[in-house]
Amino acid sequence: MDFMTILQLSDSSLRLATPLLLACLAGLFSERAGIFDIGLEGKMLAAAFFSAAFAFTTQNVWIGLSVGIIASVTLSLLHGLASITFRGNQLISGVAINFLASGMTVVIAQTWFSQGGRTPALSGPARFEEFVLPGASSRIRDIAQQDPLGQVYSELLSGHSILVYIALLIVPLTWWILYRTRFGLRLRAVGENPAAVDTAGISVVWLRFAAVMICGVLCGLAGAYLATGLSAGFVREMSAGRGFIALAALIFAKWRPWEALGACLLFGFLDAVGNRFQNIELLTFLNLVFLFVVLVGAIMLVLRAIAIARGKGKTRALTGPAIALGVGLLFSIGLPMLDPDGGLSATLNNIVLPVQFMQALPYILTVVILAGFVGRAIPPRAGGEPYVKER
Amino acid sequence: MDKMPKWADVLLIPLISILLALFASGLVVYFIIGENPFRAMAIMVNGAFGSAYGWGYTLFYTTNFIFTGLGVAVAFHARLFNIGGEGQAYVAGIGAAVACLLIPWPHWTLALLATVILTGAFGAAWAAIPAYLQAKRGSHIVITTIMFNFIAASLMIYVLNNVFTIPGSAETASVRFPESTHLPNAGEFAAFLGFRTSTPLNVSFFIALLAAVAVWLLIWRTRLGYEIRAFGHSETAAIYAGINPVKITMIAMLISGALCGMMAINAVQGESEQLRLDFVAGAGFVGIAVALMGRSHPIGVCLAALLFGMLYQGGAELAFEMPAVSREMILVIQALVILFTGALDNMVRMPMESLFMSFRRARPATAAAPNPKPTRTDQGDAETVTPE
Repeated sequence: MDFMTILQLSDSSLRLATPLLLACLAGLFSERAGIFDIGLEGKMLAAAFFSAAFAFTTQNVWIGLSVGIIASVTLSLLHGLASITFRGNQLISGVAINFLASGMTVVIAQTWFSQGGRTPALSGPARFEEFVLPGASSRIRDIAQQDPLGQVYSELLSGHSILVYIALLIVPLTWWILYRTRFGLRLRAVGENPAAVDTAGISVVWLRFAAVMICGVLCGLAGAYLATGLSAGFVREMSAGRGFIALAALIFAKWRPWEALGACLLFGFLDAVGNRFQNIELLTFLNLVFLFVVLVGAIMLVLRAIAIARGKGKTRALTGPAIALGVGLLFSIGLPMLDPDGGLSATLNNIVLPVQFMQALPYILTVVILAGFVGRAIPPRAGGEPYVKER
Repeated sequence: MDKMPKWADVLLIPLISILLALFASGLVVYFIIGENPFRAMAIMVNGAFGSAYGWGYTLFYTTNFIFTGLGVAVAFHARLFNIGGEGQAYVAGIGAAVACLLIPWPHWTLALLATVILTGAFGAAWAAIPAYLQAKRGSHIVITTIMFNFIAASLMIYVLNNVFTIPGSAETASVRFPESTHLPNAGEFAAFLGFRTSTPLNVSFFIALLAAVAVWLLIWRTRLGYEIRAFGHSETAAIYAGINPVKITMIAMLISGALCGMMAINAVQGESEQLRLDFVAGAGFVGIAVALMGRSHPIGVCLAALLFGMLYQGGAELAFEMPAVSREMILVIQALVILFTGALDNMVRMPMESLFMSFRRARPATAAAPNPKPTRTDQGDAETVTPE
């Protein structure tokens, strides 16, 4: 596998990870405030439809984006009404929102456009254009002639829609809001112990509504990116379970923003691999996975080393990434040395992973994580429980 | 003290919730689609109940929803939310195909017995892993069952592409089941009611009704059912009373998965007579709405299943008669029913409770109606006295 293929794979991983990331951060705000939200999927779908519909009719993608966000926030408020005001079951409310979105989008699309539940194809100003960073080339022929560093810049970093960069910026922003502002402290507290927040004289209801509305805005961005950035127009059920993968990524990331970025990139990567290779040989797949592990391990190692150098971390935190890096390197360098005649590689290559396995992998991984075999995921303590004020 | 009489809790509140859901659906039909909601309703009811043809489809869908509704309801009794009915039914479909394709059955009754056992076992097996993870490792059952739905969908595509295939055909379906596994349909055993031989309604309808009776017996007439309900009411109290939480979680989910799986008897062996990709068609999710609406009681589940059967068959007719209304309108109605009977339950309940409370306060004050129960009069008196 050559360098360019890996770059293209990383490029599409980033694209496919973006809607997951936005939805995942949306869920993070909501669940950190103690409101479980399995309606991420429905909100994304509604936003996807309304952004595409309004972007088409007004031929302005920004109006489409705003209407998409409004649609998603409306569903968020419905969720808030059911689960905060009327103290209903948050899971049931989420299920209802998913069905409502998947039914309403097609019903309205059929009424407005009569194209079998889709919107007309978007083009020009009705879509988010590729955003070429300064000094980058956009044509594949020019990119191929650049040096490796330039290729990384032009192929991987440049040429995404603006929403991809916004999504990447929202990660540090989320971290800052949650861990460095008063609002974030209260938001986290209301998900762990709402009674304490109430005793301090802060409105639990208001905080939770604020969290749910932030969740709506982010889901709106995710949905709009699906319909106007990733593809050109709305088709029925186009969110295709991404809301649930985002939920899986959220658990994978243990409800933390930076880890959410990592988890979404992993799931985006799996999606990209599944798209590129229909049936993939086990060896190729393992190579790719370990390459990913090496990359993530190296990045984490550097980040943690910087944190320790600034006196903010423990040396123990280095072990995880170091082990990942070691195992990854051992595999990618060690396997060819251990296996000079290629017998093992041939055996591994005889095992072909079906594409369905690749598609199911994010869900299987989530179940493994949830089972607590790879580090335990502990949700916010008051999650899912309606708060009843003492009288 | 009960805030409301039982009939209000069991009948009145679900009824009001449904009316609200139908009213909201009517608004969607009127304002968004621009059709007359009353005419739409008339077409739906007529399409579902107006002919033997309609009844055949309505009761066929009802059979599916009774199975999945009962499945979700049993889990509800143990306060477990099984969203995985869809996946459990998918996997059970593979069980039905195994039962019908691998062994040459001499008679359909034997084949039916095998399908009942295998669909139940496959459905239960698919529920077993989430159940185990919930019971032993505390993984949230809602998330794991959702994940298992997606895994089941992938598994199903794999199985239909690699295991059960039609040689020389690109169709993702298994070969047709042999004639000996054919279940008699309503056209054969109830032709006198006007059913044709092409009707999808078949004997598994009676199995669904039997399952409803069995669930009633299990939940309200056995020790296990008592333990399931006790566990659902208060986990800590149940544990204090010596009920094993791991055992109850496992058993409730296994029964739930088996019941959801058994819908494959009706849809796979009964109707299509081959394993197809989309035979579940959302029935697992409808089960949630049905169980919520039926208050997790088998009678309620059967009635709610009938209502949804009507919506599915009537909705198909409606999409035919009024092309502006697409079939997805059913999904909207389903969502609104789940919303009003499930999530917004308190919105209806709170005003009703205060209404009944004010009735009750008013009665002893006027002293017109003598109250049969002395305790209640005492409380009533106490309440009327204190403000003065």
